[in-house]
Amino acid sequence: MRELKLMKGNEAIAQAAIRCGADGYFGYPITPQSEIMETLMAEAPWDTTGMVVLQAESEIASINMVYGGAGCGKKVMTSSSSPGISLMQEGLTYLAGSELPCVVVNVVRGGPGLGTIQPAQSDYFQAVKGGGHGDYKLITLAPASVQEMADFVEIAFDLAFKYRNPAMILSDGVIGQMMEKVELAEQKPRWTMEYIEKNHTWATTGKKKGQERRVITSVQLESSVQEEFNFKLQAKYREIEKNEVLYEKIMCDDAEYLFVAYGSSARICQKAIEIARSKGIKAGMLRPITLYPFPIQQLQELAKQVKGMLSVEMSAGQMVEDVRLAVNGKVPVEHYGRFGGTIHSPNEVVEALEQKLIGG
Amino acid sequence: MKEEIIIAGFGGQGVLSMGKILAYSGVMQDMEVSWMPSYGPEMRGGTANVTVILSDEKISSPILHEFDTAIILNQQSLDKFEPQVKPGGMLIYDGNGITKHPSRKDISIYRIDATEEAAKMRSSKTFNMIVLGGYLKVKPVVEIENVIKGLKKSLPDRHHHLIPINQKAIERGMGIVQTVQELVQA
Repeated sequence: MRELKLMKGNEAIAQAAIRCGADGYFGYPITPQSEIMETLMAEAPWDTTGMVVLQAESEIASINMVYGGAGCGKKVMTSSSSPGISLMQEGLTYLAGSELPCVVVNVVRGGPGLGTIQPAQSDYFQAVKGGGHGDYKLITLAPASVQEMADFVEIAFDLAFKYRNPAMILSDGVIGQMMEKVELAEQKPRWTMEYIEKNHTWATTGKKKGQERRVITSVQLESSVQEEFNFKLQAKYREIEKNEVLYEKIMCDDAEYLFVAYGSSARICQKAIEIARSKGIKAGMLRPITLYPFPIQQLQELAKQVKGMLSVEMSAGQMVEDVRLAVNGKVPVEHYGRFGGTIHSPNEVVEALEQKLIGG
Repeated sequence: MKEEIIIAGFGGQGVLSMGKILAYSGVMQDMEVSWMPSYGPEMRGGTANVTVILSDEKISSPILHEFDTAIILNQQSLDKFEPQVKPGGMLIYDGNGITKHPSRKDISIYRIDATEEAAKMRSSKTFNMIVLGGYLKVKPVVEIENVIKGLKKSLPDRHHHLIPINQKAIERGMGIVQTVQELVQA
């Protein structure tokens, strides 16, 4: 086994980015994710792997640098926290509309507006419904530990390139700031130009003699062509929904009540399960690891078994809508969560389960 | 074994680094660990706290609202966290600047005058290690040898010459911790 290190979730993202052979990071500081760029700057990967790390003049500049890098077939990424991610929405819809791969990390803080620097999960809608305009989706991964912060960087790049679509790592201030043990992957080499030219035949790597011109654009003024393109995008999203759902089931075998929670709320719910079970309540949890694509089928299966579901999120109730859509009235689905930077305690979660679903 | 700890005080007292050294000591002892800071204000001189969990098993929630142990370094933190110690748990505090002392009867209470001791040692920066020593004397959750390894891991190389003085501070803390009230273990 490789050496175990103790590090913050944000540091793990940075280390994993270098090690998976990323070509570039462009970002702008904002709490609670600034350690990502700080770690990258301290590691100075431009001296080792050749990875570019650049502090841009704004979030809007960052995402457009990502757009440019992605257009060249490079593995590029950015990170920010909620208000900064809002600024990036235009760039994200252009990337999706141009079918370009990239990784965007959102270490969510409380909103709306400039909000608070404390953790929240209130950017769920923005991430999974497409925060910019047009019919597009972001592949969305939700890490629940520092190890997953590290592991998901490469997974996100793989998915982004497999489907030529932006992928988001939707984290929050808890997972970003906490330290846990982490085992980092071995250093992988960056892709060579030869590799990119051979494998990414869409990338604008410079027109060779006799080669057809490659155009990366999201504009198509002819409506029928734009509709055709949208059909193609939708077909891609159906493929993603069919193939890429990731989830974890915890104590579900005999569960009568189900928590549905992701990220730091899933960690809190694990403790809530311990408390509930010590009181004789058979609680379990479905933890969506991909928020888009959402584990609809798994929830439908569990709806046949449990008496009710509680969607636990640090928001006023966002993912609960997707749980309700999945379950389609089969069992009661309620929401519980503190928000605006306040974190629910495991005890509060159990009390909410008792009050809202068990009827204590 | 599972130990859920809150360490709380002013920014600058070494709250977060004490937590980090404790967490690294746990890593050296093959335990599962988590370290969750209050972030933001502590860098700007406000109150700082960190939740450290050491466990033989996988850790569920890194966020807690009740603790086995509270390590308290100022009055505000004492007021806030004394009620959050589990019944039967322990509280250890530095007496410096404390006017309203802990009053619960259902927890063990220890006092360590680490601010004073650090001044005597002419090394105010080892304050947090004196407190850590006091805590480890009462509850030896990690072995001292692993704390030293943890120190090596969490301090940058250029500060490794400070390890002996930190070790001395831990030993001093073990020597000066006082029992205020001790629950008889059932």
